[in-house]
Amino acid sequence: MSLPAFAADMSLSARAQRVATVAAEFADRVDHDGRFPREAVDAMKAERLIGIQIPTAFGGEGASIAEIAEVCSILGQACAASAMVFAMHQIKVSSLVEHGGDSEWHRDFMRELAGRQLLVASATTEGGIGGNMRNSICAIEVDGDTCRLTKDATVISYGAHADAIMVTSRSNEKAAPTDQVMTVFKQGQYTLQKTVDWDTLGMRGTCSDGFLFRGEAPSMQIFPKPFAEIAAQSMLATSHLLWSAMWYGIAADAVLRAQAFVRAAARKAGGTQPPGALRLAEASNLLQLLKAGILSGLRIYADAKADHDQLSSMAFSIAMNNVKLASSETILTIINQAMIICGIMGYKNGTPYSLGRHLRDAHSAQLMISNDRILGNTSTMLLVQKPDTSLLG
Amino acid sequence: MNETIRELLTRVGGLPVAVTELEDGADLYAAGLSSFASVQLMLGLEEAFDIEFPDSLLNRKSFASIAAVEQTVSHILKAREAA
Repeated sequence: MSLPAFAADMSLSARAQRVATVAAEFADRVDHDGRFPREAVDAMKAERLIGIQIPTAFGGEGASIAEIAEVCSILGQACAASAMVFAMHQIKVSSLVEHGGDSEWHRDFMRELAGRQLLVASATTEGGIGGNMRNSICAIEVDGDTCRLTKDATVISYGAHADAIMVTSRSNEKAAPTDQVMTVFKQGQYTLQKTVDWDTLGMRGTCSDGFLFRGEAPSMQIFPKPFAEIAAQSMLATSHLLWSAMWYGIAADAVLRAQAFVRAAARKAGGTQPPGALRLAEASNLLQLLKAGILSGLRIYADAKADHDQLSSMAFSIAMNNVKLASSETILTIINQAMIICGIMGYKNGTPYSLGRHLRDAHSAQLMISNDRILGNTSTMLLVQKPDTSLLG
Repeated sequence: MNETIRELLTRVGGLPVAVTELEDGADLYAAGLSSFASVQLMLGLEEAFDIEFPDSLLNRKSFASIAAVEQTVSHILKAREAA
């Protein structure tokens, strides 16, 4: 055996594949018990995937959103909950990378995150805001060098398992609900008192329980930019793109299972076309359409990133909204097709063709940021913004 | 023009604060301008000044403050004169 054969393949996709193998092994148990995918997240840390987005200057690998999307898709094919934890973490990291560079504390935190592979959670949802994270009721209290915040956070995904939480609030006691800031609180700087249980149809392993959050930290941990800017320029695009990438993973695995089913049937049928074959062709068609939509979104984001005006333009928001709407709806159609192909073997749990978990996980897609709310926003923008009619962009 | 912008903002801005209390340079988003209200403001400006916002100006910056709106509208009016 040659020497290089001993060395593990350290490419991003090979590392993601190794994590996916671990995630797949525990996926059914994580789903059944509604527990945190500890093994998969430990594997992400061991493969050092948690810090890949941090610039190389701060100890990370400077991975692009497209590269991270690929990891999300690989993980999504194994365990959607693990993939979603990874995606949500990377969305928070994107805010840090895009908006934290001007602040010494945030630069140091990037080094620490990459060095210690810190998992970051998000607390943007609050009781009483009606699901619109661009409004806050709670206000951060800045007292000299210290800031304090109490928030009735009705959802903090994997909050109890995170190493740090980024929390939104009004910028001060007198500020309007939309005048928001985001603050990084590290473990040890906050307490979480569980208020709501996460017992759901799917995505059970994200453990998105509700908590009463109470934090106190040095006030330099508040992001130096308004949250409105952070939300528009890094969160909107990365959420829609990384979620879509992991949803693609769920749908891709469903098509793979359907193909295995049709192939097994074809072997037995001895020359005649099995009944699911045509539907498989349709599902593969939709999967390609889904992929094309995400790839086009990734390209639009890469182009817009060079120009901050474009990032906060309506055309860009509409494009990202459309990626999210299309992927969240298409995956349901695809997985449903796969289910019809696999029949009772797909409907049953514990077969090689089981699709129940896929279908349940996929149903979260149109709800996390409700598609109706997104359609509403897009329709408002289309009152003035001309629809994009160019083919090549 | 400043007056027209302030009138429109009072009518469609939906701000929790009085428009008369806002300085020309005050951040309208921080004052509570929602994206829906900014579109309504834009439509109002198009009607009032008989203009059309080009896609390149449909971003947050153009509506960041009363001064920014004034500048954006002047820019469109000037571009039309030049044409």
